[in-house]
Amino acid sequence: MKAKVTVMLKQGVLDPQGEAVRHALGALGFDGVQGVRQGKVIELDLAEGTTEARVTEMCEKLLANTVIESYRIEIA
Amino acid sequence: MKAAVLQFPGSNCDRDMAVALTRAGADVRIVWHKDHDLPAGLDLVAIPGGFSFGDYLRCGAIAARSPIARALIAHAERGGFVLGVCNGFQVLTETGILPGALMRNANLKFVCRVVDLTVATADSAFTRGYAAGATIRVPIAHHDGNYHADDATLAALRDADRIAFTYDANPNGSRGDIAGVLSANRRVLGMMPHPERAVEPAQGGTDGAPLFAGLLDALASA
Repeated sequence: MKAKVTVMLKQGVLDPQGEAVRHALGALGFDGVQGVRQGKVIELDLAEGTTEARVTEMCEKLLANTVIESYRIEIA
Repeated sequence: MKAAVLQFPGSNCDRDMAVALTRAGADVRIVWHKDHDLPAGLDLVAIPGGFSFGDYLRCGAIAARSPIARALIAHAERGGFVLGVCNGFQVLTETGILPGALMRNANLKFVCRVVDLTVATADSAFTRGYAAGATIRVPIAHHDGNYHADDATLAALRDADRIAFTYDANPNGSRGDIAGVLSANRRVLGMMPHPERAVEPAQGGTDGAPLFAGLLDALASA
């Protein structure tokens, strides 16, 4: 089984990289991009039967820094 | 005074840190990240600058979960002294020993230059060698030194006089111009600037030396 973890900076935490991407899109003529937030996707290849609670634990302990980041888990 | 300097793959200021501590009179051992124990009778653990584990995932994240990090956390919980510089500061926030997090510099640039810092408090073993409010010149060299903490945490740090150093001209977007913070018991200091790169005239300045001298004094009289 696989799990996909999406880690994003929390709302309210300034994302300088997203801002730089937004500016670059504007420079390429893509008007109307009002905001860009950049995050990361982590794909986990897991033993069958691994619970979502276990993946949550992985996020809390390592995959996300919950001081500044939020995470979303999708089990496939 | 017995000190250990932790060494991770990618550490690159470990020797400078060891030299600065030795020069101030400490008995220094380098400790490898795979070790599970710190030397017995240790007073200080120093976590050096660099790019531990290639900054993979987040700066300091993997180092903060390495075997030696457990011993580091236990040392801090026992009331031991800890100095984390640059990547060492990032490791300290990743372990949760210090609050907040260090994000990518707001201008997205790696900043490598000598900056003016204000000594925000002289009330710690690390800063007692300075006068409160003094300006010192210390090098910085980092890409992820943008200190972030929420409003409540920042207020708590200010109220408890736990901000050790601030930047005179903010180089990285740090909230409150924060360059270094202390733990609640004032025995753990994390800072982005490199005092170990300013201990001998040949390095271009000696404003980092009082940090090490003050620390040695404090620990000798403890």
